[in-house]
Amino acid sequence: MARTPLTFTLNDAETGVFVVPGSNLLDVLRRGAGDLTPKQGCAQGTCGSCTVLIDGVPHLSCLTLAETVEGRRIDTTGGLAGGPDLHPLQQAVMEGFAAQCGFCTAGMLMAAKALLDRTPNPTRDEVIEAISGNLCRCTGYEPIVDAILTASARMQGRTA
Amino acid sequence: MAIHKGRGFACINYPIGMNLGGDPAQALVHSTPDGKFMVALSAIDLGQGMKSVTRQIASETLGVPVEDVYVDTADSDTGPHDMGSFASRGTHRVGNAVIRASAEARKQMLEAAAEELEVNASDLDTDGKGNIHVKGAPSRSITVADTAMAAQFKQGRTLAGRGIFLIPPSDADAETGEMTPVTCFAHAALVIDLEVDDETGDVEVKEINSAYEVGRALNPKLVEQQLIGGAWMGVSHALYETTEPQYPKRDHGPQDFNTYLMPGPGQIVPHNIAVLERPAEDAPFGGKGPGEMCANPVLPAVANAIYNAVGIRCDRLPITPEKILRGLRANGGARPQQVR
Repeated sequence: MARTPLTFTLNDAETGVFVVPGSNLLDVLRRGAGDLTPKQGCAQGTCGSCTVLIDGVPHLSCLTLAETVEGRRIDTTGGLAGGPDLHPLQQAVMEGFAAQCGFCTAGMLMAAKALLDRTPNPTRDEVIEAISGNLCRCTGYEPIVDAILTASARMQGRTA
Repeated sequence: MAIHKGRGFACINYPIGMNLGGDPAQALVHSTPDGKFMVALSAIDLGQGMKSVTRQIASETLGVPVEDVYVDTADSDTGPHDMGSFASRGTHRVGNAVIRASAEARKQMLEAAAEELEVNASDLDTDGKGNIHVKGAPSRSITVADTAMAAQFKQGRTLAGRGIFLIPPSDADAETGEMTPVTCFAHAALVIDLEVDDETGDVEVKEINSAYEVGRALNPKLVEQQLIGGAWMGVSHALYETTEPQYPKRDHGPQDFNTYLMPGPGQIVPHNIAVLERPAEDAPFGGKGPGEMCANPVLPAVANAIYNAVGIRCDRLPITPEKILRGLRANGGARPQQVR
């Protein structure tokens, strides 16, 4: 099938790929742009492991038509760390043992980043609400919620 | 119509590993020229932390810093044979194999160091910081890195070790049927507090209190993490996960994650854990590992708590609202245990 060009900003980098019309964004990010950080879990919009930010808003990339991101900004977990320095969310997840198999972690991080970007001091209930579209099979969620609250506190210069 | 509180208890003697075929696990350890050690395994880390724990075990046995040990579980084609990651056997079976392989590699490391220092290998010890020294004379020493370099480029010697852990296969006694299916047990006791809504059949788990005996907790944070996550999975098995209903035909049952339910972050249950450490004799540094046991006692405790709350003895899992409501109808309503 004829491919069409698609350009967008991926984690600060101008990115151009050719896509088969009708492709979903997750496939384009992983296979086209080579960013393997968003994961394909259920491929039907239920598990949240493919969560990316489009212009700062969390989206399920497996359900997003790739052509709709033309000219827009995509953020994935691949862009969270600044060089060797982990993002406070990544640091808190690591220190708080908030990942076991790690498959949900990338989606959790992006859902959490979207929350902290708009609500820097969330309540526990707001954190739970923010990750309620993300399934985790290993941790029981509590360490993830704790890690997000810890990251929030550190980013605001508080102790959790 | 009312909310009924219930409390349920369950305890468990949990076998670590199995006996069929001796349950073998193998490990291979070798040093790189710069004195780092590679541990090759075919048991897989599914997120439970087996790589971390076997790394600790190898470091402790070799007498080198944990940072200098790498665990590779990449490929069962090229790695040593292992039965796999199941039966809660990882820490115990694989850990024992790693101890044996590391002990052999340590012996060769000390022999190579002895040749360089011109002393007896039996007079040498490690400081755990990357040095090998004469016992009682820390200044007569050589680094592990220099030892590995000398072994590989001067002495023509490998610093490597092979380890297998195999338990004696146990046949059933013809007269009594008695056998020894496992070598050690872990233990737990767990209390569930929950509420049952007798109008909707909904069950909400309010609190878990548990005590686990897992031998020595080789990595306490990993143990705690596994116990918290495992209990969540137990709640999920007990109350949520099912491919029913399947009537009038299978097509109407859940077929994907949209309809196959699991508890989400909104159903986090407070869980208070006490870890009791009773090092097991035949376990690596006494550690048995939590394994599947972190989910198992949750299920009978939930079933008992539901019986306690509304008097329904449900013997099929998961205990869905439908089963609760059918039970209530059969019993003519809720029959809380305190009232009966």
